[in-house]
Amino acid sequence: MSIAATEDTAERLARLKQTIEDLLKEAKRRGATAAEASVGSSAGLEVSVRLGEVETVEHTRDNGLGITVYFGNRKGSASTSDLSTGALRDAVKAACAIAEHTQEDPCAHLADAALMAAEIPDLDLYHPWHLGVEDAIEIAAACEDSARGFDPRIVNSEGASLSTHTGIQVYGNSHGFVAGYPTSRHGLSCAVIGQEGESLQRDHWWTSARAAADLDSARMVGERAAERTVARLGSRRIPTCQVPVLFRAEVATGLIRSLVSAIQGGSIYRRTSFLLDHLGERIFPEFVRIHEEPHLPRGLSSAPFDGDGVATRAKDLITDGVLQTYLLDAYSGCRLGMHTTGNAGGVRNLRIVMGDLDRAALLREMGTGLMVTELMGHGVNPVTGDYSRGAAGFWVEGGEIRHPVEEVTIAGNLKRMYAGLLAVGNDCDYSGSTRTGSWLIDKMTIAGE
Amino acid sequence: MMTDPIAIARTSILEPAGLTEQDLDRLLGLLAGSAVDAADIYFQSSRLESWVLEDGIIKDGNFSIEQGAGLRAISGEKTGFAYSDELRFPALAQAAEAARAIARIGQGEQVRIGEVANKRNLYDPTNPIASLPDPDKIALLQRVDAEARRADPRVREVVASVVAVQDTVLVLGDDGALSADVRPLVRLNVSVVAEDGGRREQGSSGGGARADLDYFLLEDRAMSFAREAVRLAITNLEAGDAPAGTMTVVLGSGWPGVLLHEAIGHGLEGDFNRKGSSAFAGRIGERVAAPGVTVVDDGTLPGRRGSLNIDDEGTMTQNTVLIEDGILCAYMQDKLNARLTGTHSTGNGRRESYAHLPMPRMTNTYMLAGERDPEEIIASVDKGLYAVNFGGGQVDITSGKFVFSASEAYLIENGKVGRPVKGATLIGNGPDVLTRVSMIGNDLRLDQGVGTCGKEGQSVPVGVGQPTLRIDGLTVGGTNA
Repeated sequence: MSIAATEDTAERLARLKQTIEDLLKEAKRRGATAAEASVGSSAGLEVSVRLGEVETVEHTRDNGLGITVYFGNRKGSASTSDLSTGALRDAVKAACAIAEHTQEDPCAHLADAALMAAEIPDLDLYHPWHLGVEDAIEIAAACEDSARGFDPRIVNSEGASLSTHTGIQVYGNSHGFVAGYPTSRHGLSCAVIGQEGESLQRDHWWTSARAAADLDSARMVGERAAERTVARLGSRRIPTCQVPVLFRAEVATGLIRSLVSAIQGGSIYRRTSFLLDHLGERIFPEFVRIHEEPHLPRGLSSAPFDGDGVATRAKDLITDGVLQTYLLDAYSGCRLGMHTTGNAGGVRNLRIVMGDLDRAALLREMGTGLMVTELMGHGVNPVTGDYSRGAAGFWVEGGEIRHPVEEVTIAGNLKRMYAGLLAVGNDCDYSGSTRTGSWLIDKMTIAGE
Repeated sequence: MMTDPIAIARTSILEPAGLTEQDLDRLLGLLAGSAVDAADIYFQSSRLESWVLEDGIIKDGNFSIEQGAGLRAISGEKTGFAYSDELRFPALAQAAEAARAIARIGQGEQVRIGEVANKRNLYDPTNPIASLPDPDKIALLQRVDAEARRADPRVREVVASVVAVQDTVLVLGDDGALSADVRPLVRLNVSVVAEDGGRREQGSSGGGARADLDYFLLEDRAMSFAREAVRLAITNLEAGDAPAGTMTVVLGSGWPGVLLHEAIGHGLEGDFNRKGSSAFAGRIGERVAAPGVTVVDDGTLPGRRGSLNIDDEGTMTQNTVLIEDGILCAYMQDKLNARLTGTHSTGNGRRESYAHLPMPRMTNTYMLAGERDPEEIIASVDKGLYAVNFGGGQVDITSGKFVFSASEAYLIENGKVGRPVKGATLIGNGPDVLTRVSMIGNDLRLDQGVGTCGKEGQSVPVGVGQPTLRIDGLTVGGTNA
């Protein structure tokens, strides 16, 4: 990283902090008793290559600002993509106008001043990639080439894309807290189409990281995309049955996302969660531990403080299978008569403690069943936990993959699926902020022929 | 009041930024050169206001302003794109040069900027945010809350929201053609949680249109959304396990048309067909549906959520027949894909905002009515599923497999609608599902104006519709094997 770039970033950070301070001052001038604001500014490059030719070159530059003002326990908010002084004044005015009509809500206030992040640890999130358009194209082209050259059954391509972004996020509120930090994020992805007889299949792979050096190689991403596509050729349906299901690692993350949304404060106080009143209860088998690591260096979701300015902290969501905490921000904490857990804006880097079994051992453990590698649709009822989604994957018999499967659904109920978790593999092999191995669930209904 | 969209766009976008006719001309010169086959500049100014009621009180409101310009230069199949949220000339010139770097340097040609008059008025160029005084918007949500709570004592939580958007766009083509559209959009949503004994369920309803907010005051609409949300929650409180397996399915009219959007709509978008990645590629003229099935994509329905006077490339929208009497007739095109495949844009070039590239997208996609009485259709089924409300869906356009998730469904037994069953995902194969349509109702209905379609990370408002349909053999993803 060049010194000039660092100075540039420091200047931009200082300028955005000043913007926040000006906004908070303007809110106060208009009579707001409290206010909070956040501003983000990012820039990037995205290129895509298809069949060896450049398809798109996009230069992105995004600005956004949001302000919330409080008049006692009434609040109003406004946002704008225009960071000019006039637009900022208009935004504060609009937020104040909204607050004239909202009603008293005892929980509408900032998080306690004492909870503001006292220190802003450097989480190593900023690694700009000084990459020219030509270089970016070359990497994407190499990625697609390795996919297309992987197998003669790869007959077409949706292309490969490379993206690199840097940005700065700043948050401040009228407690006097104003802090921000720069981040970077880079990604490479590839999708190709395979053909065997009449059967056409498409699949993709990707890598994503804070630093370019941490990305998987272009070749690996391309080959993985091709390998996944070819493996799906000759997919067929299976008869309707009830069998164990293995959620391969990259789709098992979805089961953790469902857990997260069920224990979010908003879902609890609105009573829209299938895990309502389950705090302190065993919802998984005893071997399960899921924890959050918000300060992970270079973590894709790492953050020193949350959307309320509250210091984030590592914690267990699940210990010995028991639900340890809801995920609360200042508002939902107040609504539930509890305290914020520093989760305004979500969870940051979840980890499940992985078991001893690799994928082959998991398949042997399953014996006969379905290994799911892709899920389709949104068929999860958050209130009841009822689960029904389209799926594709592989039929397994005698612990071995027999053939690819498509056009089936898998159905069950998340509460029973969590309780029926037989094993978590050690086969985490994707980049993402939620890290898990594959999940073996004891029994689900497969609807097919 | 100004009613000419171009005049409104000039006043609200170009004038505040100090952009003159010469500036536009110079920008086009920077963007389009001899090696550039096509170029455009898309100016946008968008205002959104939302109000949320929860726990019986107006909890939050938000006002948001978004504006900017997207500049695109195309050479062959290559697209260069840059955007700016700053509308001053230097920022736009910089974006033009970045976008234009895609093509070899060439001399920009002079074109004359010429206004293209709006030939269509599917909705008034109003500002729905100002269409109702703020206290009336709040009173509306409070009445919705009261109606939902009155409808059934088992209602425990009510969340209601109303959103109004005014979106003004100005499209400058490489030929100097300047077109504009002022697009109002309103939406009202109600979501309730009902509890009875140990069971809890949720029900949601809502609607919207390209209209002013008084749309919700007319025909008792807002109140009927409240009652409908409650009815759904209460129905689902009593729902049993859904069946699993392949069976005869009767789909209700209206919103279940999400079937068409997923099963065939996306597969008929021009980009996927040019690239050969769609299961429908190269199949024009072939039978893809049963006789009697005619499906259109119609962007010209007055006031509908999916309608547009012009698309985001300045092309007039149209009513495109996609499938006629079971035969595949046409794909939906934007300018780029039309040019590369030697055809014309069908007015389906859409983008989420100035910060996104346009691509072929649906508008209002629906199946025309047949002749059967819906009751006769249900009576014809011995054993099957009657699905009348849906959440979203998804499709893999290459394999053709699609899903859509029922949120209200009933068993059909001996030709009669029986007990309600829990929501389940339905899965099928796009290229053959419509060949299994065995009966088409005479009750074509469009949805209430709630659809949002996502493609490659971009969301746009759309509509769907269909008459009651009988499909012989669709896989129902329940738990009851």
